Amino acid sequence: MARELWKGNEAIAEAAIKAGCRFFFGYPITPQNEIPEYMSLRLPQEGGCFLQAESEVAAINMVYGAAGAGARVMTSSSSPGISLKQEGISYIAGAELPCVVVNIVRGGPGLGGIQPAQSDYFQATKGGGHGDYHLVVLAPDSIQEAVNLVQEAFDIADAYRNPVMILGDGMIGQMMEPVEFVGVPKRQLPEKTWATTGLRGRENHNIINSLFIDPAVCETHNQRLFKKYAEIEKNEIKVEEYNLEGAEIVFAAYGTVSRIVKNAIKALEKEGIKAGLIRPITLWPFPKANFLKAADMPSVKAFMSVEMSMGQMVEDVELSVKGKKPVYFYGRTGGMIPTPKAIVEEAKKILGGAK
Amino acid sequence: MAVVFEKTKGLTEKPTHYCPGCTHGIIHRLVAESLEELGLLDKAVGVAPVGCAVFAYDYFSCDMQEAAHGRAPACATGIKRVHPDSAVFTYQGDGDLASIGAAEIVHAAMRGEKVTTIFVNNAIYGMTGGQMAPTTLVGQKATTAPLGRDENHCGMPLRISEMLATIPKAVFVERVSVHDVPNILKAKKAIKKAFEIQMKGLGFTIVEVLSTCPTNWGKTPVEALKWLKENMVPYYPVQNFRTPEEVK
Repeated sequence: MARELWKGNEAIAEAAIKAGCRFFFGYPITPQNEIPEYMSLRLPQEGGCFLQAESEVAAINMVYGAAGAGARVMTSSSSPGISLKQEGISYIAGAELPCVVVNIVRGGPGLGGIQPAQSDYFQATKGGGHGDYHLVVLAPDSIQEAVNLVQEAFDIADAYRNPVMILGDGMIGQMMEPVEFVGVPKRQLPEKTWATTGLRGRENHNIINSLFIDPAVCETHNQRLFKKYAEIEKNEIKVEEYNLEGAEIVFAAYGTVSRIVKNAIKALEKEGIKAGLIRPITLWPFPKANFLKAADMPSVKAFMSVEMSMGQMVEDVELSVKGKKPVYFYGRTGGMIPTPKAIVEEAKKILGGAK
Repeated sequence: MAVVFEKTKGLTEKPTHYCPGCTHGIIHRLVAESLEELGLLDKAVGVAPVGCAVFAYDYFSCDMQEAAHGRAPACATGIKRVHPDSAVFTYQGDGDLASIGAAEIVHAAMRGEKVTTIFVNNAIYGMTGGQMAPTTLVGQKATTAPLGRDENHCGMPLRISEMLATIPKAVFVERVSVHDVPNILKAKKAIKKAFEIQMKGLGFTIVEVLSTCPTNWGKTPVEALKWLKENMVPYYPVQNFRTPEEVK
């Protein structure tokens, strides 16, 4: 298939359909509206079902019902809407249901704004809802990568019976880029023998549930979840290392910002400063080992996390680096976007101080 | 000897946790018997609420989901849209349905979701220990209305069936009670009819069942049945609000 020009949100929606998603429940919010709009047209053509729910709260609980019934199902929203979905996401994680949640992030807190941001890192990677649980969080840096990650997202969700979030900043949702819908290898997945399809001849009834009233049983359930999360951490980390060889400063950046950082790296190189980038593609599980390894490189003097937030991922960078090298932060927020020039200036300031 | 009564296959062997004299047990049986008699147990999926019936997933022998508080109609929507030929029901109390889940029930009805809601109204929050519900009667005492519900402070009790009956796609709306045998038989008839209409694909169906809570009402089971009849039925009339032409 030839490369075509696609808007991010629509490309994500089409990729979901190509990945076998046949059910979508959503609610309008900017800047992700093209996803439900696209789904409302395309899903019926594929024999699927799109439903505009009365609220984000209802939408995520429709996802719970459909996922529990064995369907490939997705919802999408943007930051304030994701906050509303968090209750349901916690139940979905607790009941171990596979689904994909897309968050096209906008500035916050509160209503915030509608321009691109990365200030939902905490709510995406640190739980977001109540209780001990994790989502797998995938952060594409381009529309092509978003498309590829959608198939992965559904497969990871099914493989581990766990919700997966695609965390795209507003830029990923709104810009247009050339895309090729290449077939991402599909995984061998277990049959959903646990789904509530109606007995249909089965002897024992299936129950989808996250209630464990006996504290000992609830603890055992949590421990089992965390064994699963350990497997995910072992198998599913995705990360890009860029220009690390001989780097004096290593940037940490994900999504759109990582592309701006790459421009900054080129500009620094022209000034004779060697800089590299570690780009987490999975924000959870976080590529801790890559940062630790870079921290042990003699050339590396410092790390700098660049984000469209007031500093969220930087905490994971600090934890990963374990105090071996200083970790700095530069960010713009509220819908403002860091420029390569500003990043270069910040890096030079840090290296000046470190020399 | 001829068998005159048998426990329905729609219920499991698990002993229920309900308080002595609580009418949830009767209502569970009516739902399970209806599913069995209509031959629907094999393709039924139920959704349990948060509230006293939270463990209903252990008591019904069909496939079950346990929903977040108030969200059972949304879950049921997801299930039914995936398996349109299944018999999907929610089993919800008045805190779950009439308070926190008011939006979900109204919009499930608005869309005409082809599911059946069993709405158990006992005018109080049972599971959490007797707090005021949207359906608590004026003057009725609750742990969060210690002097009785004051209509000037927190309004008048919500009549869910009357409200939902204004929604065109809510095709079957009936309020029943389980305070005596004749009413229990009528309740069974209504529940069975609701499932029949669901399977015909005509729209959203709901049966509101007036129910007792002896523990939190501070009454004996017998007193509670009498209190229901004398206090709840006058405010919540037991009647059919809508039946589709096709099944009249």
